[in-house]
Amino acid sequence: MLKINQLHKSYPIGDSSLHVLKGIDLKVEEGEMVAIMGSSGSGKSTLLNIIGMLDEADSGDYILDGLPIKNLTEKKAAIYRNKFLGFIFQSFNLINYKNALENVALPLYYQGMKRKERQEKALFHLGKVGLADWADHLPKELSGGQNQRVAIARALAANPKLLLADEPTGALDTTTSYEIMAFIQQLNDEGKTILMVTHEEDIANMCKRIVRLRDGVIMEDKKVEQVRAEQYV
Amino acid sequence: MFKFLFDRDTWQEVYDSFSKNKLRSILTMVGVWWGILLLIGLLGSARGLENSFNRLFGDFATNSVFVWGESTSKPFKGFQEGRQVRLSLADAKKIEKNVEGIEFVVPRSQNQATVVRDFLSGSFQMAGDYPLLDQVQKKKLIHGRFINQNDIDFNKKVTLLSEETYKQLFKKDENAIGEYVQINGMSFKVIGIFKNGDVNMGPPTDMHIPFTTFQQIYNRGDEIGWMMITGKPEYDIKQIEADAKLLLKNLNKIHPKDNRALGSFNLGKEFSKVTGFLVGMQFLTWFVGIATLIAGVFAIGNILLITVKERTKEIGVRRALGATPFEIKRQIVVEAVFLTLVAGVFGIITGGWILIGLDAAFGQGDEAAIVNASVSIAVVFVALVILVILGTLIGLIPAFKATSIKPIEALREE
Repeated sequence: MLKINQLHKSYPIGDSSLHVLKGIDLKVEEGEMVAIMGSSGSGKSTLLNIIGMLDEADSGDYILDGLPIKNLTEKKAAIYRNKFLGFIFQSFNLINYKNALENVALPLYYQGMKRKERQEKALFHLGKVGLADWADHLPKELSGGQNQRVAIARALAANPKLLLADEPTGALDTTTSYEIMAFIQQLNDEGKTILMVTHEEDIANMCKRIVRLRDGVIMEDKKVEQVRAEQYV
Repeated sequence: MFKFLFDRDTWQEVYDSFSKNKLRSILTMVGVWWGILLLIGLLGSARGLENSFNRLFGDFATNSVFVWGESTSKPFKGFQEGRQVRLSLADAKKIEKNVEGIEFVVPRSQNQATVVRDFLSGSFQMAGDYPLLDQVQKKKLIHGRFINQNDIDFNKKVTLLSEETYKQLFKKDENAIGEYVQINGMSFKVIGIFKNGDVNMGPPTDMHIPFTTFQQIYNRGDEIGWMMITGKPEYDIKQIEADAKLLLKNLNKIHPKDNRALGSFNLGKEFSKVTGFLVGMQFLTWFVGIATLIAGVFAIGNILLITVKERTKEIGVRRALGATPFEIKRQIVVEAVFLTLVAGVFGIITGGWILIGLDAAFGQGDEAAIVNASVSIAVVFVALVILVILGTLIGLIPAFKATSIKPIEALREE
């Protein structure tokens, strides 16, 4: 599904440069649910951004579903992102003047889908996260948990191969976090491959595999017994 | 390529970003609105002034010069200075024949005449004229006809009266055509009533009689009062004036450098001064209008730049979701063009209102200072095209700004 080989990335800081990723090797199979953990500065967000094609590695290979991701133009990257990836952000990143339905439909708009079809599909995905009745509400009229569910629906709308979540529960209280995790687990049960950055142990333990980074290298990569989130809800 | 222009979503996006900041968008548009308003208002007013000048001069063949004899100021060929120059019919014929670019030469004579009808009488300026006069200085006939060749050939005793003259000699609404008036003791039949124009070249004329009749009753022989020389439109009337005067000096034994012997009034020269002024005014109008427009469009670009800055994160999200840089740029350019166009259309409409107001205030009646103040559809179209072009160009600046930031950096923005 996803194969990363000797990935390096450094950022220039003044005259010197900061070596953030120092040769990462990672292989993720279809249907996996991986938590990437590490303290701040460990390079976990950078890794996720590179996987999300929002950033580019200096060297190394990145193959997504058999497709080498290298030297992408902005346009190509945008198309790949739209087609292959779904993003879930810590701060939801919903467009505040668009209602829930329009937010969910946005990736489909960039796919060039017709309005009617798009809205039907968006409504279906909103229904899946249990927010069909809130379709015409603006983000500010929804709770944090509801907003993150809208964001999950948006990430799912384009039916991506890989779901990338950057601290999806970072802005939520514990109960709501578990609710969201229950959703994400359910998606994984249905076969979606999920990659998530988090620094909370309990959240990471709800995944099936934990990859720990420190100072730009993988310290530990182990499979864990998944803790189901439903029991806490 | 332009399919997106007919896409409801494109306009939904434009509407969303507009309604998010209504006041700011409206304030932004004021600049462009004002520019177009100025352009339309000034161009329309300039056109109105031009129309009013054209109406004033409309009765005249403007490529004309009037020449008459005065007294010499230099002795020449045995003649003393101070001799009265008297132009003749033969002079007029020779000018018509020999000077290049002449359309026609109309000789005229003028004198004071006492006119009596029944118990009413008055003293009036009477001119002896050829039918050709009507070509140089269009007569506005209220009733009847102008002098014709038959009147000339047979020295007919017929006359045209001006409206004012008619009012002095006839009762209100009385029929004058076919009636007789006594001019210097002779009976003349009234064949027409005319109206004097707003602008008169030379002394105002109260009555016209056939030229030949005039020469006969005043015993003028070949001598004429003055002549109107009209040039063909493609010829320079100043050159014609110089040529005609030189010929007249030759014929009348006037010193070639005697500038006082012949009096003249060059209508073409005066007219081109006025039209030159109008052309200058139009140029100024375009200049001011377009400059204001550009300033207005820059204001729009400026605001969009701020808007783009504020929406950096949103743009980042859109790009993460798969918006290509082109789609982002296109949307911003569409917004810029939309704002300029809406402001422009409002400007055109309000400019039109101003012209309607001007027309109502100054454009009514015969003496109106501004006649039919208006702009042509072509001008409106050109203005709109300029707006679209400027809007596109100015929209490109924020558009490139929006996509110059990497999506990853845009997402980090708070």
